[in-house]
Amino acid sequence: MSTSTIAIETAGLVKVFGDTRAVDGVDLTVPAGTVYGVLGPNGAGKTTTVKMLATLLRPDAGEAHVFGHDVTREADAVRSRVSLTGQYASVDEDLTGHENLVLLARLTGHGRRPAAARADQLLSAFGLLEAAGRQVKNYSGGMRRRIDIAASILNTPDLLFLDEPTTGLDPRSRNQVWEIVRAVVAQGTTVLLTTQYLDEADQLAARIAVIDRGRVIAEGTKGELKSSVGAGSVHVRLRDAHRRPEAERLLSTALDAHVQLEPDPVALTARVSDSDRGAAEQASRALAELAAAGITVDNFSLGQPSLDEVFLALTDRTPEEATA
Amino acid sequence: MSTTTPTVEAQELAPVSAESLAALLVATERPPRPSALSASLTFGWRAILKIKHVPEQLFDVTAFPIMMVLMYTYLFGGALAGSPSEYIQYLLPGILVMSVVMITMYTGVSVNTDIEKGVFDRFRTLPIWRPAVMVGYLLGDALRYTIASVVLLVVGLVMGFRPDGGVPGVLAGVALLLVFSFAFSWIWTMFGLLLRTEKSVMGVSMMVIFPLTFLSDIFVKPETMPGWLQAFVNNNPVTHVASAVRGLMEGDWPTSEVLWSLGWAALLVAVFGPVTMRLYNRK
Repeated sequence: MSTSTIAIETAGLVKVFGDTRAVDGVDLTVPAGTVYGVLGPNGAGKTTTVKMLATLLRPDAGEAHVFGHDVTREADAVRSRVSLTGQYASVDEDLTGHENLVLLARLTGHGRRPAAARADQLLSAFGLLEAAGRQVKNYSGGMRRRIDIAASILNTPDLLFLDEPTTGLDPRSRNQVWEIVRAVVAQGTTVLLTTQYLDEADQLAARIAVIDRGRVIAEGTKGELKSSVGAGSVHVRLRDAHRRPEAERLLSTALDAHVQLEPDPVALTARVSDSDRGAAEQASRALAELAAAGITVDNFSLGQPSLDEVFLALTDRTPEEATA
Repeated sequence: MSTTTPTVEAQELAPVSAESLAALLVATERPPRPSALSASLTFGWRAILKIKHVPEQLFDVTAFPIMMVLMYTYLFGGALAGSPSEYIQYLLPGILVMSVVMITMYTGVSVNTDIEKGVFDRFRTLPIWRPAVMVGYLLGDALRYTIASVVLLVVGLVMGFRPDGGVPGVLAGVALLLVFSFAFSWIWTMFGLLLRTEKSVMGVSMMVIFPLTFLSDIFVKPETMPGWLQAFVNNNPVTHVASAVRGLMEGDWPTSEVLWSLGWAALLVAVFGPVTMRLYNRK
């Protein structure tokens, strides 16, 4: 186990591809033993940052240390402590699940027999025993992710990079990946997780950095980050469209927030500010006001701030505009 | 493609077992880093597994050489040597060299297709001897070259090839060819890393291999060629290898041609090995 409490420390990390500064001065400090979320839209520089930290790309400027080792000068020392699961399956699709794990176990120094034993244990823990003899190219998306993560923890890395581990997965498989991540962290491994989904970062990460155009635009604990955006949004659908102006007034007073009129003539959305009262409590008070005024509410939901909203709040642009 | 195995999307996945996962993560003592040899052999094993799972890829290394030896023997044999059975005594060792040198280009193709996939990134994050991945490709390819050589020799023997060097001469010839091809393949590992697509790797390979193999002494002796062409042919590494292999199979031990071939092999590794590794580290 590592004695240092800082897993990753970067200062002014830069990577330039042609004219684009993919990573433009990233400073990160990742404490050991936790999940650290890096949140941002496509093309924000998340993968490039991870690749530099995992010694796959050389930084053009700045410094990065992983457990105190410089990623360029002491690449091998870094490599012996980290594992990377990329956006695409980082296993050989032509080989079977079992062969892939044996291959990687052998490459990390296990003898022939221990390698096979380790592969079997991992396949069984990941619920892949039945698929062990099948080529990975015939695996479903969820199975690929599992074999991929299994390959990454063959040797219990001190630091695991998960680059968008749930992109393209159905909700069930996504939950299972989350469970795996929790189990891995519970055993003391530090996880750096990149994601486009705020709820994923919310579920797993202790601290989150929001990254846009190669820069960190916000960093903090989940609570800190959310309070900068607001606690969430209340969506309300009325029965009668003509009561909407009245409902808008009531909601605006009750929530002390700007109320947005949706294109749908019966729908309204109001952002709930972060205060001592929880978002749900504020929302229920607002609904009570509507009921007292005799306005029928057909449908109501309380949503978390979405990545769009985080982005809007932090940059005044939506992620779509950011990537455009 | 094995279209018979459907994807198992619909099938229910067994749940992940959190307890056994936890136990796995705790109980590990990190083994020592594998030796350069062991890592290279493991990558070689991977290449062989790929042949096992996609045996169609052996079609190129078997059908192509057979086609070549049949075509050239019967097309040129009568005109060049009086009869096909006379000509094959001269041609077969050369055609063997040509076929194996030609299939070395698949090394570049497999390097290039691997880069597209994430598995390459995983290999590059492993704390192992860096050239092991590349050496692994070449070890797997050496198996292909051996298969191609065996196929061609069998076809040649059926067609009337009778090497005076006997079994030792033929084995020595094949061994020399394997050494040279292993060295020659480093050109393709370089191009595999350098070029963007599989197609451009194939294109460049043909540009290099066609002149090198045709402008040699594989088909005819260089004496009738114009002087400037002789100058190229006589200094072409493929000519040295073909002459050496022919000599060995005929039973003379052509020391100088064998040394020339080995010298070229050493030079190719010395130049393209480091360039490949530089590209690999920079990728």
